[in-house]
Amino acid sequence: MLRRTLLGAISALALLSASGIASAQEKYDIALISKGFQHQFWQAVKAGADKAAVDLGVTVTFEGPESETQVDRQMDMLAAALSRKPDAIGFAALDSQAATPLLQQAKDAGIPIIAFDSGVDSDIPLTTATTDNVAAAALAADVMAELIGGEGKVAVVAHDQTSRTGIDRVDGFVNRLKEAYPKIEVVSVQYGGGDQLQSTEITKSILLANPDLKGIFGANEGSAIGVANGKQELGSKIVVIGFDSGAAQKGMITSGIMNGAITQNPVGIGYQTVQAAVSALKGETLPPIIDTGFFYYDAKNMADPEIAAVLYD
Amino acid sequence: MTDITAPATKSGVRISGAFHRLLAFSGLIALVVVFSIASPNFMQTQNVLAILQATSVNGVLAIAATLVIITGGIDLSVGTLMTFCAVITGVVLTNLGMPLPIGILASILAGTFCGLISGSIIAKLKVPPFIATLGMMLILKGLSLVVSGTKPIYFNDTPGFNQIALGSAVGSIFPSVPVPNGVLILFLVAAIAAFVLSKTALGRYTFALGSNEEAVRLSGVNVDRWKIAVYATAGGICGVAGLLIASRLNSAQPALGQGYELDAIAAVVIGGTSLSGGRGTVVGTLIGALIISVLANGLRILSVAQEWQTVVTGSIIILAVYADILRRRTL
Repeated sequence: MLRRTLLGAISALALLSASGIASAQEKYDIALISKGFQHQFWQAVKAGADKAAVDLGVTVTFEGPESETQVDRQMDMLAAALSRKPDAIGFAALDSQAATPLLQQAKDAGIPIIAFDSGVDSDIPLTTATTDNVAAAALAADVMAELIGGEGKVAVVAHDQTSRTGIDRVDGFVNRLKEAYPKIEVVSVQYGGGDQLQSTEITKSILLANPDLKGIFGANEGSAIGVANGKQELGSKIVVIGFDSGAAQKGMITSGIMNGAITQNPVGIGYQTVQAAVSALKGETLPPIIDTGFFYYDAKNMADPEIAAVLYD
Repeated sequence: MTDITAPATKSGVRISGAFHRLLAFSGLIALVVVFSIASPNFMQTQNVLAILQATSVNGVLAIAATLVIITGGIDLSVGTLMTFCAVITGVVLTNLGMPLPIGILASILAGTFCGLISGSIIAKLKVPPFIATLGMMLILKGLSLVVSGTKPIYFNDTPGFNQIALGSAVGSIFPSVPVPNGVLILFLVAAIAAFVLSKTALGRYTFALGSNEEAVRLSGVNVDRWKIAVYATAGGICGVAGLLIASRLNSAQPALGQGYELDAIAAVVIGGTSLSGGRGTVVGTLIGALIISVLANGLRILSVAQEWQTVVTGSIIILAVYADILRRRTL
């Protein structure tokens, strides 16, 4: 009797999924393996991928491990996706090296791979749909220059000096100022590991050492919140430009502690990954990098539909 | 203390164990049959190997958890202990440049040592196993980050290291079935654990502690010593899991591990081991671990949305344990 119940439940499930397969037969089947799932950023990527699936008439699945530490779980997901024999795979590697054997397997099976978000350190992916962090940070530099009146001292608080995003955002900001705004001096670039508290302490020490400082750029969510906290604790009036969104940062922008921030376009990352996969399947050539875009937002334009769609809590 | 309330329905251990194993096994077969019918891609050699590969780490952790759970205890630290052992191997092989066998030994010794400490805290300081291993879980999570400097340690300087889990000794003899070594190691650990449980004094005392610890104590047995030995053995097995995961990823990922204890415990419970102790088998646990990975893999192959995958897995766990309860009522 028990066994019958169990079997009943399982076969009901099988019917459910079998019907799903039947309707999907003629469409391209694209599997996206992301770095995460529950986090709002990844849900926004998923929303973009789902939209592309509808627009382009393909089937898309989206999976990611519960946390960005579970490298082996991501490998299991990639292995299962490969067994499914999809037409193409979109992949955002948690650890490029761990994924190499499976990516090779995909290549041997003739399944095109599109990297997204931070990309994969390998020549197997046909292209990478990602934010151009150098250009995004350059936009932060332009806004900073405008808000401080084109001259004076500024500083950067970034998350780390080894990750691709850390390097690109610091370089993009500093180099843009150097090229376009000779009267602005970057007095300090410091790293707080993306930790809010550590970034707060760093900000306070920069402010105390440079009383005439005009602005600070916080290069990721944690750094930006730390900079704003440091500004608030010392009662300073400097300009603060942040990066990404999240409830805390959005609140600080609404209340005016932070002037504004650069946001990536997670919806665009998902959309363009699927679009690139379809292009690859049609035999079109792809550029090595697909810039998925970014925006500057502040209290004034935060509610605009275009901006609100790419911000997350 | 926690074991005094061990259930009184401990008669017929052999028969009930076999029956439950049969039930879990038929559940596994049913899943495999259903998925094979639903998708032609399920029953492919490559996919079966992927399922076994995905089972290897959780399976080894679940065997460690089985030993502890049979004593009526619980070990919440298996996941982070695995990570800690992987990090220790990384330090020994990559940072200190020692030869491979020393790295392997270091992982198993580190696991055994940590298990020894957990066991001592439980047996000597009388801290309940749930709390002692919860504390240990957090301690090891933190220590893994401290020792590794919060960055993954790669094994690029130890060329043979990824062969521990990914290489295939079977494949070099029978090229058509390249069963990864990690899977062989899982079966080896299972065989040894099953032997220890059924044929050795350690095994007999493991069951006795879970059935009635007080009776064992009153019959003049050094209960503390055997309890510590069980936790230390489980720790050593976690060391093997640490090697497997590090080899598979070719790196020791220090932030990984928390949450893995729940998958391990789920496998143990699906496999018919009683959380109140005194009853359980390694084969059952192995089947439980396979059910979890077959479910995860099959649902993915059928493109079931991830939200629903978790719902189904949760339902199967409850169903499996409910079946166990019904069975016990009818006996």
